[in-house]
Amino acid sequence: MTAIEIAAAPGSRLLHLSRRSPAALVGATILAIILLAAALAPLIAPYDPIAQDVAGRLAPPSTAHWLGTDGFGRDIVSRLIYGTRPTLLIISLVALIMAPLGTAIGIVSGYYGGWVDRVLMRLTDVVMSFPRLILAFAFVAVLGPGLLNAALALALTSWPAYARQARVETQTMRRSDYLAGAEMLGIRGPRLLFGHVLPMVLPLVVVRVALDLAGMVLIAAGLGFLGLGVRPPTAEWGTMVADGTSVIFDDWWVAASPGVCILIASLSFNLLADGLRDLLDPRRG
Amino acid sequence: MTTAVAVESLAVSYARGDGHVAAVRGATFAVSAGETFGLFGPSGCGKSTILRVLAGIQLQWSGRVSVFGNEYSPRRRLGGQVRRDVQMVFQDPYASLHPRHTIRRALEEPLRVDGFIDARARAAQALAEVGLPPDIAGRTPNALSGGQRQRVAIARALLFRPRLLLLDEPTSALDMSVQAEILNLLNDLKAAHGMTFILVSHDRDVIAHMCDRAAAMRAGEIVTVMDRAALAAER
Amino acid sequence: MAEPLLDVANLTVSFPRDDGTWFDAVKDISLSLGTERVALVGESGSGKTMTARAIMGLVPNPGRVAADRLALDGTDLLALSPRGWARLRGARVGLVLQDPRFALNPLITVGRQVEEPLLLHAHLSHHERRERVLAMLEAVGLPDPRTVHGLYPGELSGGMGQRVMIAATLIAGPQLLIADEPTSALDEALRRQILELLTRLVADQHMGLLLISHDLQQVADFTDRTLVMYRGAIVDAQASAALARSPHPYTHTLWTCRPSAATFGTRLPTLDRAAIEAAT
Repeated sequence: MTAIEIAAAPGSRLLHLSRRSPAALVGATILAIILLAAALAPLIAPYDPIAQDVAGRLAPPSTAHWLGTDGFGRDIVSRLIYGTRPTLLIISLVALIMAPLGTAIGIVSGYYGGWVDRVLMRLTDVVMSFPRLILAFAFVAVLGPGLLNAALALALTSWPAYARQARVETQTMRRSDYLAGAEMLGIRGPRLLFGHVLPMVLPLVVVRVALDLAGMVLIAAGLGFLGLGVRPPTAEWGTMVADGTSVIFDDWWVAASPGVCILIASLSFNLLADGLRDLLDPRRG
Repeated sequence: MTTAVAVESLAVSYARGDGHVAAVRGATFAVSAGETFGLFGPSGCGKSTILRVLAGIQLQWSGRVSVFGNEYSPRRRLGGQVRRDVQMVFQDPYASLHPRHTIRRALEEPLRVDGFIDARARAAQALAEVGLPPDIAGRTPNALSGGQRQRVAIARALLFRPRLLLLDEPTSALDMSVQAEILNLLNDLKAAHGMTFILVSHDRDVIAHMCDRAAAMRAGEIVTVMDRAALAAER
Repeated sequence: MAEPLLDVANLTVSFPRDDGTWFDAVKDISLSLGTERVALVGESGSGKTMTARAIMGLVPNPGRVAADRLALDGTDLLALSPRGWARLRGARVGLVLQDPRFALNPLITVGRQVEEPLLLHAHLSHHERRERVLAMLEAVGLPDPRTVHGLYPGELSGGMGQRVMIAATLIAGPQLLIADEPTSALDEALRRQILELLTRLVADQHMGLLLISHDLQQVADFTDRTLVMYRGAIVDAQASAALARSPHPYTHTLWTCRPSAATFGTRLPTLDRAAIEAAT
């Protein structure tokens, strides 16, 4: 290896990541905390999130209730902890649908070209022209509010960006020698697309997902805020913000706490996306 | 002397802007079985394009191409035994192997796809044939030197025991001393397996060392075909 | 005894590995150069490019440069500040690189780029600068300098681009020219022309030339002395005319491993690494 190669080699990736991108490490840590909170919610939440105590409603932060109580006397800390679950569930569903769907369409379109490409891209254009939030409302209006419907609406309108990106990446590598070599050795069709093209397209997909999730957290909270997400009394950050707006001048912590959680969650994905982009850059082998 | 490759009036052109660029204009030549035939000329003369037509990678072309008696059809990929009989070693050893796949996978996958049950053994044998140690199999291309990658590329090209090996500037990205090793290896393998070579290069010395005959190209056309005496006489 | 133009003693350039140890790209080499033409030849990993970078103060982070002495015409390069380097580069030492496509700015005209070293290092009027640029463009063999002056690098052929790069490097009159593989990106036919141009200009302007290459036979014709590098160390030093007869196994192999019409049907000599390690 020449000196230049040594200076640029990733080596132990985590070590390098933390040295070169502390922001990404912060993002990953916060996300890990959120995941842990969701997984261990029953164990670490001090109170039952839906247990009401109307006498003690809108209590300010104290040793008993670290962030006080909401309009129904429910402990806010517990609701925040349980609130990680709907948020994570929605964004996971969205990610699991939109990324594979969009990427697959993009790869097929970029590899085969011709009329396949034209048809798929026109379809992509059509879907892309739908406004996401409005469509989410429409879905929910037709199918009723609920976590699943909101996630579906978001996923089905978010895949076009992935398709376009995967298509461009695939077209770029279409002429590469390693693909030509593989074809000459008899590797064709799905095996080629998913075994050879996909690994090169994947890094950017992962980065895009992380970045999108930052926005999804906000959209999911927005849907909850508008009453289109989970049904009460389930704890969800967006709904909590909505509940807190009526008392925001006197008891600001009721709306502010979930608001800060939304911010932090979104931020963690942003930071993570930044670091992942450096880490997964295919040009560095 | 059987004819391995017969090319007649081969023409390839690309659409560029609002016109067409002719990469190859009316090339005609024949290669005998067991011969090393060279195509040389400056960059852009069309030599690599001709090779890609023979490899079945360049699908838009016109004229007649026949390899071991099989007629090629334009716009049709190579299939069946012809596909196995014709293989290619590419120029850039850094770009011809999949950056994310291990060497083991690069060698075993084509064998498995083709139905060989003993893929692992054959892959190991292929590595040995090109003088690489077996522990190379677990690495990815970025952990190998240029010479090692090119050896892997050659091993991969030989998996199906092709009768025609197309070599696109196989050593131009390598150091002089590594080039010598690779050229020796290619000649050894050619003798051992009785292959026919078509070698593309811009380097007169490589052509003069390797080829029995060579076609000099310029601007898409074959200017002259030189035999051994002519190659030895130049410069 | 006059101070040599370039004086390098025990130069080491190291890079950190992931496990904390250091890898020496250049191991303890010494060389000195007057107003003569010296070739530094080696293959990938030999350290020749890093040596050039160390002399220009361009070793990338996290590389470390250490030497007993690294001086250009008396100026201690190890003690130079970034400002000192800025004054030195272009004015007293110039670097010609391999590929003009990557070394020239595609958005700035040729004339402006060749003029730039004058703007930085000389005090001349606009008219004087233009005259010098045109004279330089002519000196590097470009036909019709006035037209070329207004062209963009993208409009130049490979050979023309390389001539422009040479013009830009030499215009401020440096004492030492380092050429790092100046002909590798060019077609065969142009290589000799460019090397002839370089050596002629260097002689005319009484400069020293450090020519870095992987092609031993090519540099032999254009230099007075040759230093051969292998894995970071200088393994052989010969007068260029005597290279063909060098007893060192590495030099001998490099010289004889070249293919040609005469070697048809024979095995080319290859490196015997054990013998080289033993001789070093």
